[in-house]
Amino acid sequence: MAQTQSQKILAAHCGQAQARPGEIVEAQVDLVMANDVSAPLVIRAFHQAGGLQVFNPQRVVMVADHFTPNKDLAAAQTARQMAEFASQHGLGQRFEGAQAGVAHSLICEQGLALPGELIIGADSRACTYGALGALAVGVGSSDAAAALITGRAWFKVPQSIRVVLTGHLPPWVGAKDLGLEMLRRLGPEGAHYQSLEFHGPLLAGLDLEARQAIASLSVDTGAKAGLFPADQVCADYLEGRARRPWQAVSPDDQAEYSQVLEIDASRLSPLVARPHSPHDVAPASQAGREPVDQVFIGSCTGGLLSDLRVAAGLLAGRRVHPRVRMMVIPATPRILLAALREGLAETLLEAGAILGPPSCGPCAGGHLGVLAAGEVAVSTSNRNFVGRMGHPKSRVYLAGPAVAAASALAGRLASPEEI
Amino acid sequence: MLTGRAWTFGDHVDSDAIIAARYLVHNDSHLWAKHVLEDLRPEFAGQVGFGDFIVAGRNFGCGSAREQAPLALKAAGVGAVIAHSFARLFFRNAFNMGLLIFECPQAALAVHDRDRLDLDPYSGLIRDLDQDKSFQAQPVDPYLARLVSQGGLLRKVARELQDSYKG
Repeated sequence: MAQTQSQKILAAHCGQAQARPGEIVEAQVDLVMANDVSAPLVIRAFHQAGGLQVFNPQRVVMVADHFTPNKDLAAAQTARQMAEFASQHGLGQRFEGAQAGVAHSLICEQGLALPGELIIGADSRACTYGALGALAVGVGSSDAAAALITGRAWFKVPQSIRVVLTGHLPPWVGAKDLGLEMLRRLGPEGAHYQSLEFHGPLLAGLDLEARQAIASLSVDTGAKAGLFPADQVCADYLEGRARRPWQAVSPDDQAEYSQVLEIDASRLSPLVARPHSPHDVAPASQAGREPVDQVFIGSCTGGLLSDLRVAAGLLAGRRVHPRVRMMVIPATPRILLAALREGLAETLLEAGAILGPPSCGPCAGGHLGVLAAGEVAVSTSNRNFVGRMGHPKSRVYLAGPAVAAASALAGRLASPEEI
Repeated sequence: MLTGRAWTFGDHVDSDAIIAARYLVHNDSHLWAKHVLEDLRPEFAGQVGFGDFIVAGRNFGCGSAREQAPLALKAAGVGAVIAHSFARLFFRNAFNMGLLIFECPQAALAVHDRDRLDLDPYSGLIRDLDQDKSFQAQPVDPYLARLVSQGGLLRKVARELQDSYKG
């Protein structure tokens, strides 16, 4: 039986030659992650199950990212609990303080997720590591706790949708726009129980930052995972970065897909997802001119170095509109440092932006720039449900960095072509 | 054989509707049982009988990944959830928490509220005794059936750990 990339990775991790869609398999995992939202629950479940030691201290990643630097007493206690657990079990990979950043971006950047690996994370966006050709799946806290003890987890083998990316990216169109177009086409349940596997000629021009944004958005189609091939672009990125030896796993030529979805980048323009659904997607030029109170450039789908470069390119020599609070929060400390060295930080600050410490920022409405009742934001993050980024009466437009920066300059929802 | 009455619900019953976030500050499954599904059907928690079934539409359990949703249903005495389809994380969490669930689009369409049902968990055969109709659900995978009979994932792991210490 010819198999997809997802099937082959699962089969290899449960010692079978084949993994059939719909089958339940128990498989060895290569990495388990938890963040400061899930870690307290994971640690509690670990003790509840009688856990005394973790299966492999080098294969557990704990990151404080939602509420770091500790925003209040509860966050501080959680960070402390994670630190104690990490020290007690000799965990090799813990990120807090000056190392903290968005877990998903750090795990890719630090070479902790690798092609062909099977990874679970106690966070829905763990699928981001599919950018590196791993089968990475978001799970509940008990799943993560059980895997901490046993190194194993059960999986329902998914069918896959083949997403073929073609054409060329027009000016001001980037990974986020491709991702939003995918959400528009598939809707919230279009990939229910399935994996997305990305292919097509456009891939050669999509770097690992672009792939992270698209892989992360996979979960919003109902998918279990979203995987890119471990091609030359991926191999080059991992050079000097990979923490372990790795082997690419490619789908068989004759593999069966439940559906083929082609997205032609050439036909796209800069997009936005209107409040309150990531799937209510329209061209920014046709989404109205609603006044904007806040612009956020950050998160695992919009706070990477390429996003900062696009934003700084538009803001250079211009001023953020006086009514707008513009927050720029690099996803990781390494990105912040690169932004300083490249002069992006200076450009952004001179234009009137606030530069925050690497973290999730206001993406999940927990910290650093939450919205008041009636406020409107344009954000490069990934969810805009009611109350997601603050008050239930706030409204969030999701977009790429070009639309976000253009809106910051105009003081209203704007397309970069207008600037 | 499981027997009980059906309580019907529509599509996209989300995890907040199953157990609202305002009750999660208390780690108390008896409290959750008293408030389960209260925003959709306030009478449910008080009247549900031990072993009764939830029969729902598409994408049951969507929304957050909270494990308290299946725990609250189990604590309320729900014998099984039958739905057209389940949200992915609810599907995982239900088996991990030891709650039986069945996918059966035909039953989701045909069963009326308060119909008496019996369900053979091994074959997945559902009978509606009031309508004299039968529906075949996808049988539960043997691995997941064992997970439920062991009381859920954490109990399974705890037992394996105890065995390994003895061994």
